[in-house]
Amino acid sequence: MNPGIDLQGTFIESLQGFGIPAGAAKAIWMPLPMLIVLVGSTVAVLIAVWMERKVSAAAQQRIGPEYIGPLGILAPLADGLKLVFKEDIIPAKADKWLFTFGPMIVVIPVFLSFLIVPFGENLLISDVGMGVFLWIALSSVVPIGLLMSGYASNNKYSLLGGLRATAQSLAYEIPLALAVMAIAMMSNSLSTVDIVQHQSGYGLLGWNVWRQPVGFIIFFIAALAECERTPFDLPEAEEELVAGYQTEYSGMKFALFYLGSYVNLTLSALLVSILYLGGWEAPIPVGLISSTFNISDATPWLQVVTGAIGIVMTLLKTYALVFFIVLIRWTIPRVRIDQLLNLGWKFLLPVALANLLATAGLKLTFPAFFGG
Amino acid sequence: MNLAEGVQIVSFGILAAAVLISALGVVLLKNVVYSAFLLGGSFISMAGLYFLLNADFVAAAQVLVYVGAINVLILFAIMLVNKQEEYVVVKGAGVRQVATALVCLGLFALLGTMVVSTPWAISSVAPAGDGSIVTIGIHFFTDFLLPFELVSVLLLIALVGAIVLARREFVPENLSPSGEDEALMLPERPREMVSSRDDK
Repeated sequence: MNPGIDLQGTFIESLQGFGIPAGAAKAIWMPLPMLIVLVGSTVAVLIAVWMERKVSAAAQQRIGPEYIGPLGILAPLADGLKLVFKEDIIPAKADKWLFTFGPMIVVIPVFLSFLIVPFGENLLISDVGMGVFLWIALSSVVPIGLLMSGYASNNKYSLLGGLRATAQSLAYEIPLALAVMAIAMMSNSLSTVDIVQHQSGYGLLGWNVWRQPVGFIIFFIAALAECERTPFDLPEAEEELVAGYQTEYSGMKFALFYLGSYVNLTLSALLVSILYLGGWEAPIPVGLISSTFNISDATPWLQVVTGAIGIVMTLLKTYALVFFIVLIRWTIPRVRIDQLLNLGWKFLLPVALANLLATAGLKLTFPAFFGG
Repeated sequence: MNLAEGVQIVSFGILAAAVLISALGVVLLKNVVYSAFLLGGSFISMAGLYFLLNADFVAAAQVLVYVGAINVLILFAIMLVNKQEEYVVVKGAGVRQVATALVCLGLFALLGTMVVSTPWAISSVAPAGDGSIVTIGIHFFTDFLLPFELVSVLLLIALVGAIVLARREFVPENLSPSGEDEALMLPERPREMVSSRDDK
């Protein structure tokens, strides 16, 4: 394995050069990647929100945000500022504590999940052995927050929205986990880095989509349902439930829900691109190009270029998926709750199980192709 | 003591306090919804303790199974219960509570002495860490195969039982006066038709 650029080691060494002890240098390093990811994911949300506005406008033959910054790029920022200055209202008969804790419990696990998202071989906060499993576990905590805020609002629409969100995420978590399991079986690991490395080497042809087409579709549908995006946005179906669990929220607490849902959207798109679309791998492997020009892997500038291409590729795939998801939202009608649950339990679950079984069989039969 | 040890001790203290306080809240609070939410907090703190012990698979499974599934189902059940009943204070509640506290303290003392006095066979093998999932998997399919399969049969039985309980094919249109249909219905408030309010 190519050690690549060791940012942590260089940073700590350079701090030690200033006479700071090793322990303190490490303590200074530790919050940095977390901070960068926190800021990065927030910026990613701004881009996703801008995309949502522009794409929805295009789908409805409008122009969308135009005057706030060039092409309306600053519109999401203006949204955020507006929400910051809004009054924070707690309804008179609401449960004050649960009402406050609800949005936090929704947002924290989503941000924590960025722990495992790699933008390059060494460009992630932590290569946890649990990897994707950790993400599944964390995303299963979110419905508790939704239920909490739905209950605490003291509003029947909120409670119904919370209950729907929970039922939906319980139903779709299982096919999601089964689809991930098929991937883990092929790459012999749950770690996101290993999963991407298993797809590397053959460029576009090596990606998991070709080996797991059914799994890809199941994962994509289940991820859509987990993010509560149309056609599965029943928890906040505005014609039936006003705004679902967020009905009574305003100001920053509402902003947290909003932020959480868009972070979840980008996170899901990131994970789809990592699990099925080769993560940071370019369609034509960089290693192939560099070896045709006889450039060694250890060349410093090549490593920088590879890292940059990795980040660009991950984000490109992610935003292509976000674009697709947004397009789905503005073109496809919402399903009914019984259709939603039927699809989850009676269709996706058996298909995911069959997919898992088929993957296991193919892995035994063609170990070279499906990962031995 | 280096940085890692300090962080470990501090987080152990915080997690242990969180487990104890939220568990006490589960038992002592009157509002059953608070108890259910605090139960989730207790489970999450337990998962944190597992993380400190290098058992990351157990920790993630704890979050997924106990918080993400069991606790959510408990909450779901609480919020779906459709039974309106006045809360009646039981006679002699004080005596009952004292008796319960005594029994619980006795149990705690018993378990405490057991934990302290047993010579635990502490393994000197280094913790599996990131590879723990592989170790656990190998154990499941070799020396713990029978219990593993038995647990899956148990889960299947629970699944079938839940479906039998939840499935109500018989919903009578008109209740018979002798009340013989009652046995087939769940104890639930009778459903009122939507239109019944208007046609007085």
